[in-house]
Amino acid sequence: MREMIKMVVVLTVLSAFSGGLLASVRTGTKDKIEQQVLKFQKAPAIKQILSDVSNDPLQDRFKIMDKEQELTFFVGKHDGKPDAVTFETAGKGFGGDLGLMVGINIESDAIIGVCVTTHSETPGIGSRAKDDPKFAAQFAGMTMDKNFATKKDGGDIDAMSGATVTSKGVCVAAQQAQDIYTRLKPEIQKQIAQMAN
Amino acid sequence: MAQSILKEFNKGLWEQVPPFRLVLGLCPILAVTKSVENAVGMGLASTFVFVFSNLLVAMLRNIIPSKVRIAAYIIIIATFVTVVELVMQAYTYPLFLKLGIFIPLIVVNCIALGRAEAFASKNPPLASVADGLGMGIGYTISLAVVGALRESLGNGTLLGHTVFGPDFLPFRFMLEAPGAFVCLGLVLCVMNLIGKK
Repeated sequence: MREMIKMVVVLTVLSAFSGGLLASVRTGTKDKIEQQVLKFQKAPAIKQILSDVSNDPLQDRFKIMDKEQELTFFVGKHDGKPDAVTFETAGKGFGGDLGLMVGINIESDAIIGVCVTTHSETPGIGSRAKDDPKFAAQFAGMTMDKNFATKKDGGDIDAMSGATVTSKGVCVAAQQAQDIYTRLKPEIQKQIAQMAN
Repeated sequence: MAQSILKEFNKGLWEQVPPFRLVLGLCPILAVTKSVENAVGMGLASTFVFVFSNLLVAMLRNIIPSKVRIAAYIIIIATFVTVVELVMQAYTYPLFLKLGIFIPLIVVNCIALGRAEAFASKNPPLASVADGLGMGIGYTISLAVVGALRESLGNGTLLGHTVFGPDFLPFRFMLEAPGAFVCLGLVLCVMNLIGKK
């Protein structure tokens, strides 16, 4: 009996100590990790989409709570006027989650461009979604009322040959972006109006 | 006293160098040694875990009941692995992306558990730290050697610099998984030949 109590106590104390240590390390590194993710994964995609803006979209960002999820929006300004937002959504690819940065012009409600941020697709096949600009370029200029699905599913996007699952994953992420944008548009406009002042 | 501690440290460098003498920790040595940079990063992360888990296990060796010792060791090792993971994410993000799943997998690295069980649970903290440090450095060097062989033969570079000149045709096989096995076997063979004399 004594031994059993000792086992329980030792393991409990050890777990509690471990939990405490990890919580403090996590708090200590959280901001730094967020910065690193921004710098190495999101920044290249944002720069590619908003290549001609006059500000630094990484600085001009705001967050909106959408259901349980916190979304970060990056604002691009043309001639000092904030008229573009980009944000990241996710779809399921062939090898796991697939992140897609979507840029939208808030005046014409048209997509400026999309760019894959993170993926674990097969190199040379699914990875073309990120490396081959032709596929992503199809989204550019499409307005929010279009159907962002592959042609096979009744939409307007040509899937990459041999990479159907990846193409669908990108389309799902784009549809999600469409959905979020349509739903949150008033909130986005409010935030941008604040930023312009 | 000082001599015996030095002995514990030294044995990890040659006599009991983990992947070649104990033949432990083979999963990372096959998976992350495509380049020297990855190999050294992985080795240093592992070293940190070995040293601190050994220290803690040795300090608690008379408190942890023997029936739950494996569970206790796993908690300790997992805690330090998570610390390494967070710190790498915060400060060496590109390396963290390259090593990916193999950082969390240090938890089930046989060397970490093996040293806790075979050494740190029976020896005082200082000797255990020396043991962990020696094993870690031995492991790092082993990874670096295999990494250097594979990177130079398979890609013609070393730490990103070309080593064989422009006419060298890379031996791509070395970068594939079977090449890792062959390379590991050859290093093992050379070490056994030297050891025989």
